[in-house]
Amino acid sequence: MNEAVLKNARNRSTQNQSQKKTSGIVQKKRMNREDFVVKSILFLCAMVSILTTIGIVAVLLVETLSFFKDVSLLAFLTDTKWTPLFKPEHFGILALLSGSVLITLGASLVALPLGLMTAIYLSEYADDRVRRVIKPILEVLAGIPTIVYGYFALTFVTPLLRVISPDMGVFNALSASIVVGIMILPMVASLSEDAMVSVPKSLRNGAYSLGATRLEVARKVVVPAAFSGIISSFVLAISRAIGETMIVTIAAGATPKLTLNPLESVQTMTAYIVQVSLGDIQHGSIEYKTIFAVGMTLFILTFLINLIAQWLKRRFKEEY
Amino acid sequence: MSIIQMKNVDLYYDKHHALKNITGEINERSITALIGPSGCGKSTFLRTLNRMNDMIQGVHIEGEILVAEQNIYHADVNVENLRKNIGMVFQQPNPFPKSIYDNVAFGRRIHGMRDRKELDEVVEQSLKAAALWEEVKDILKKPAYGLSGGQQQRLCIARALAVNPQILLMDEPTSALDPISTAKIEELIGELRKQYTIVIVTHNMQQAARISDDTAFFLQGEIIEFDTTEKIFHTPSDQRTEDYIAGRFG
Amino acid sequence: MGQGNWRIRKITDRFAKIAFLCATLFGIAFLGVLLYRIVADGAGWLNWDFFTNFSSRFPAKAGVAAALVGSIWIVLLTGPIAFFLGVGTALYLEEYTKKSWFTRLIQVNIHNLAGVPSIVYGILGLAVFVQGLMLGQAVLAGVFTMSLLVLPIIVVSSQEAIRSVPQHMRNASYALGASKWQTISRVVIPTALPNILTGVILALSRAIGETAPLVVVGALTFVAFVPASPMDPFTVLPIQIFNWTSRPQDDFRAIAAAGIIVLLVVLLTMNLLAVYLRNKYQKRY
Repeated sequence: MNEAVLKNARNRSTQNQSQKKTSGIVQKKRMNREDFVVKSILFLCAMVSILTTIGIVAVLLVETLSFFKDVSLLAFLTDTKWTPLFKPEHFGILALLSGSVLITLGASLVALPLGLMTAIYLSEYADDRVRRVIKPILEVLAGIPTIVYGYFALTFVTPLLRVISPDMGVFNALSASIVVGIMILPMVASLSEDAMVSVPKSLRNGAYSLGATRLEVARKVVVPAAFSGIISSFVLAISRAIGETMIVTIAAGATPKLTLNPLESVQTMTAYIVQVSLGDIQHGSIEYKTIFAVGMTLFILTFLINLIAQWLKRRFKEEY
Repeated sequence: MSIIQMKNVDLYYDKHHALKNITGEINERSITALIGPSGCGKSTFLRTLNRMNDMIQGVHIEGEILVAEQNIYHADVNVENLRKNIGMVFQQPNPFPKSIYDNVAFGRRIHGMRDRKELDEVVEQSLKAAALWEEVKDILKKPAYGLSGGQQQRLCIARALAVNPQILLMDEPTSALDPISTAKIEELIGELRKQYTIVIVTHNMQQAARISDDTAFFLQGEIIEFDTTEKIFHTPSDQRTEDYIAGRFG
Repeated sequence: MGQGNWRIRKITDRFAKIAFLCATLFGIAFLGVLLYRIVADGAGWLNWDFFTNFSSRFPAKAGVAAALVGSIWIVLLTGPIAFFLGVGTALYLEEYTKKSWFTRLIQVNIHNLAGVPSIVYGILGLAVFVQGLMLGQAVLAGVFTMSLLVLPIIVVSSQEAIRSVPQHMRNASYALGASKWQTISRVVIPTALPNILTGVILALSRAIGETAPLVVVGALTFVAFVPASPMDPFTVLPIQIFNWTSRPQDDFRAIAAAGIIVLLVVLLTMNLLAVYLRNKYQKRY
């Protein structure tokens, strides 16, 4: 018989005789301070994310309200010129908004069809081996910093486009749109593929057993069944395109313009914020406040779009 | 001499009445087997003895369980200390993703033992008590996952013994093991009975008959019959016990 | 259905497959061309001086020293802060609270934060850290901004890592009399750590490539010194690359490409580290 066990047996016999509370199996609880301290610290960590949201909204709101003391909301929403950095000053957000919309539209035209087709290929046609090669490549594409895309847009895509359309300027919406489109393509492809892969085999087999081709199964069974997932991937990608900054700053130019002509140079909301930040701005000046007014517009826009994406996902929650 | 007494214990999972009016006594330094068809409440009952059910949301318990004559469900019971004194071995071997040594030393370390020599001693004694020492004494620093299933289960027993419990709860400890490992564990349980009070849930009636002193037969959350193993298996007083023992259901 | 109809459907299917494959290859081809062009443009400029020189008006003398050190500062300080806050939040949500309206609020909030454009974090950083806390345009202001930016990614990946620790391991610990925090600190966190670290590294590799928020926070575009403390002004690799790219001279474009190569190698190293961690500690329980 070993030491530990002997000691143990001894413990027990003493305990049975004297019912001392401290040495028994059942002991009084000590105040659990540790649990409280840990929980409090972790709670504070969790509060940081809440505070971040509150901080973003508060900061944007305070400076934007101050901005609207100098500029009327009506002028902000209806003026078609944006020239806060030189006289005569104009503060028409439409000029920047149209830049963002133009780029986003162009990017969607590239990314949504290509992304959806890639997703269909990966989920319906490719075998496992191909998928294992292609998916990491798409992840690499998604992980490339936007500054690198911006460089590529300016030094490769733009010169290439100017061979086709020589009167186009060095800075143009088209080049930026295409590259932003490629930047968000992996997002569309992987989220849509996730939605398609989760369509149960039985649904597909039903169609195959009726003699349908892969294309017909994809078009008539898989895509409709995964529709909400696909649409929400589209919406999220669009939101990402609106918030994209470096590609458009580098390749699309710095001329705010109410236009939907992709061959022209434009400026997006994000690019404007970068432009102002690069200059020497006085804290509290009207230029300083424009950052917040534009940032607020951008925040509201992307927030609404993200809400739509979430709503779509819930609304059309697939039930198989 | 009884060490555990159950007095009218009822347990609810939300609205589901999982244990009904459990009453009885468990003898010190004996092996008590809990048998019954799956879902009968025998594992749930086992987990009431070291309050592991506290972890599950929606569990509500009424009645009293006395261990060493004190109600373990009293409001100011130190649950951690209770569990230190009532060890548990689970159905699936569940070593931590640590070395063999660290697995056995885990319990002592959390209860404050720092001294290397003392820990070495505890690890060796516990592994010896669990009949695993000879097999692992040269690979103490290796990951516990390198061991076979049967060895892992004996490691889990050693881990439980290392904190000096007085009662050992075992929840179908051999159901995931091959016959040879099962035989080893059963032999070990037989050895442990000399020092420990053991309560074992088993789905295997031969096992209950082979190793236990007393047997409780559970059915739909109730104890139908609780008596010496001898009596339960040879002259059960309830028809349902007899039917179950004879393999007519379950 | 006639035989002819079947043939047409079969052919359509064949063409569709080719179209889908081409769409897939488009992204891959783009990546290939991009990498090729960058290496072709920039590789010639990579030499030891490029790593030790500061930026310069003369392309031949320009280097990434300040930017590289700035990026390292950002990552080394953002890492621990974001790790602590992210894992703390994940532990709070997964281990310390029951599901309630409050945890749902935090969860939804984190998902929304993940969708906020990075430049908006820059604006937050400008107002709160640069102006509000009066840190100025210092490394620390950039670090705090980046920590908030990557926080949602780390929380979500840490939650998954913590959730994947099997319940039976927690039970084993509780059954030995461990307290909640002992169980979490000695069983849950060590077991989930490889997956948590993988998520943290991937989040940091996002931070290292970010340009816009740091521009707004006020990282400089021309820095001829290495930041010696977290209170010093700084620049980072992407901003240096941006600065070179926006100059009209071809030579600056080329050193921008060289800078991109450095950035991509750093990213690649971090990603390989993440893959290594994931494979080395592949679940064995």
